[in-house]
Amino acid sequence: MKSKRIWFVMSFVLLLTLLVSACQPAATPTQAPQPTQPPAEPQPTQPPAEPQPTQPPAEPQPTQPPAEPEEFIIGMLLVGPYNDRGWSQAHYDAGLYVEKKIPGVKLIYIDKVNPADRPGTTPEQLAEDLLSKGAKLIIFNSDDMKDGAINFARAHPDVPVIHASGDTSWKEGVNYIEFPKFGNTMGRMEYGKMIAGCAAALTTKTGQIGYLGPLINDETRRLTASAYLGAKYCYEKYAGKNPADLKFKVTWIGFWFNIPGFTADPTQVADDFLNSGYDVVISGIDTTEALVQASKARAAGKEVWAIPYDYEGACAEAPEVCLGVPYFNWGPAYLRAVEQVKAGTFKSYFEWLGPDWTNINNHDTSAVGFVFGDALSADAKANVEKFIAELAGGLNLFVGPLNYQDGTPFLAEGEVATDLQVWYLPQLLEGMEGQSVPSN
Amino acid sequence: MTMMKTSSRWSGIGFQALAVLLALAFTTVVMLISGADPLQVYQNIITGALGSPTKVDDILVAWTPLLLATAGLLLTFTAGLWNIGIEGQITLGAIFTTWALRVLQPTDLPPTLIVAVGFLAGALGGMFWAGLVGLLKIFGNVNEIFGGLGLNFVATALTIWLIFGPWKRPGVGSMSGTEPFPLELWLPTLPGFRLSPLALAMGIIAIAIVYILLRGTYFGLRLKAVGRNGRAAFLMGIPTTRYMLMAFLLCGLMAGLAGATQVLAVYHRLIPSISSGYGFLGMMVAMLVNYQALWAAPVALFFAALNIGSIQLPIVLKLDSSLSGVLQGSLVLFVLLMDGVRRRLTRS
Repeated sequence: MKSKRIWFVMSFVLLLTLLVSACQPAATPTQAPQPTQPPAEPQPTQPPAEPQPTQPPAEPQPTQPPAEPEEFIIGMLLVGPYNDRGWSQAHYDAGLYVEKKIPGVKLIYIDKVNPADRPGTTPEQLAEDLLSKGAKLIIFNSDDMKDGAINFARAHPDVPVIHASGDTSWKEGVNYIEFPKFGNTMGRMEYGKMIAGCAAALTTKTGQIGYLGPLINDETRRLTASAYLGAKYCYEKYAGKNPADLKFKVTWIGFWFNIPGFTADPTQVADDFLNSGYDVVISGIDTTEALVQASKARAAGKEVWAIPYDYEGACAEAPEVCLGVPYFNWGPAYLRAVEQVKAGTFKSYFEWLGPDWTNINNHDTSAVGFVFGDALSADAKANVEKFIAELAGGLNLFVGPLNYQDGTPFLAEGEVATDLQVWYLPQLLEGMEGQSVPSN
Repeated sequence: MTMMKTSSRWSGIGFQALAVLLALAFTTVVMLISGADPLQVYQNIITGALGSPTKVDDILVAWTPLLLATAGLLLTFTAGLWNIGIEGQITLGAIFTTWALRVLQPTDLPPTLIVAVGFLAGALGGMFWAGLVGLLKIFGNVNEIFGGLGLNFVATALTIWLIFGPWKRPGVGSMSGTEPFPLELWLPTLPGFRLSPLALAMGIIAIAIVYILLRGTYFGLRLKAVGRNGRAAFLMGIPTTRYMLMAFLLCGLMAGLAGATQVLAVYHRLIPSISSGYGFLGMMVAMLVNYQALWAAPVALFFAALNIGSIQLPIVLKLDSSLSGVLQGSLVLFVLLMDGVRRRLTRS
């Protein structure tokens, strides 16, 4: 009897505590999500937990009225962590760049948008979360979100969307779908990869370059091939060696970054390269394993180097082995898009933006760039600079005679590859080792 | 007698409430350590889960496979079985569904029929994988935890192999998944929403069937007997192995349907982590409700809401969404812990 009463009282108190604590948040006004903003205006208090079935489903419901008339929210979906020192961070920084350039612009994002990190979610669903937070432009930052971006655009044709690295809005492309407000942007990283290949070829002492490849698709084939073309060219022209002696091997891990249990381990792949005579590893993945492992091998006494990818600041993690980094500068493209959305002129487009050859590291004009690393020798650096000048002067390495990896002809003598041929490169090139397409 | 019973029920509720409170306190401490304002976090989870009809819709989308998985698990738990292999059973359901769709897609069969066959195949796939666990246990003397765990790994490996190998997109070698199915093979949804009412109905029917089975049938009664004391049940004439196998097969069926739902209504293709962890989440739900079917549905709904609500955390508070997992996990832990404490106290 007695214990019954005690338990009754106790559970009642506990329930009450729960109720009180559950109601509390509703009574507190929400704070501004970002501390950098001016002090938030008071907000309408919301009932804590009522679904509102009477409202139309498709309408975005900002939880707060815009702070200033010109507030503009960019919603970004990042495939990896926002601070991955690679692909995703380059996009994140581009968002910050736009924030700085246009007052009132605010970046909100969800990172690690991939099925392994966010099981049970889809990119289109997460994009709707951004939309409900007031985003006026949604950026899908990964090839992996192609289907999600398309599904989202189908459901919300009036919401401006950018899918970075995609080809959905390329009329001449093979995957064209007509949408009213679907932008595709991509940098001509082929140049960055050629420069990386050049730096690798001028550094290697064993004549063996390893390429830490992500997954296999059109994009990764053409970028890996570009690195090879740059390496071959510089090996012959600047190092004065026979390009036929240059070994260039790609090993794919199966995704843009390591997902334990699902991909091959990039740490392992990098180590395999470094332990088997490949003294330069070029990274094609979103994260910096190649650089990190090269640094460890260097500490263990091996003379090895690495070239990371995507993010301007990537070398900082291990400058002593870093030959340089080809990187994306998405800022100007996103700046233009935001201006167009604000002006109401945003329409579907496809852009494939080259470097600004007057200064490939100009943050306001150049879509791709290359920063030299500390580990690149002065001699090599001088030659890489000459190579860059050649590219700026119109040197094109996608010129025949070139064969595909299996020996079938790609380009005849003097034939210049079209954009379509480069973008949709169906195989690696002759002289490269590694899989062109996944084997069965 | 009755007084003792009500007394212990009250004490049970008291301990459970205490467990909930401890879980909340624990999660709050985790938030404080990570420098977040707990009130803001809870508020964001709530508005993130219930802030708009789309969000509620998303909760129901997540609820559906979770309900199916939980419903199946209630049967195996009742039979005293730890069906850890449920993740693999969901995956096999998804694989079989994808397989059926790939085979039938080029034919002239009406899409509705193809989708129906897809569900059937999914159910078979789940039963197949669960049946393996059962057979291993019954005839191979392999504990279902180890058998299930092993088969989970095999299921994942199989998925990856299919995605990179025979079912790869042309020219692509990526773990991002197989080619999406055409729109006519998507399970129909309410206009403007992602929820498929058919899938939801399936989940609700599954849990209702399990409720009825366990509550009002001889089958349920015997299953309970097998779970409580297998040897005694056997001596009383219950064919225990057959009942265990039945529990596995029924659980596999529901898990397989969950996998089919993931393919037909959510992802429209096969992806590597197609089970989305709903199997393990379902185990947590089942443990949390002390294997009572009546409470499984609302608690599963609550867990689904936590998952959806926590999506807001990284956007607004730069916190990881896995905080909802911390809350879910600590809830289960503390409820089990308090149950142990209560038993110890009431025994003395």
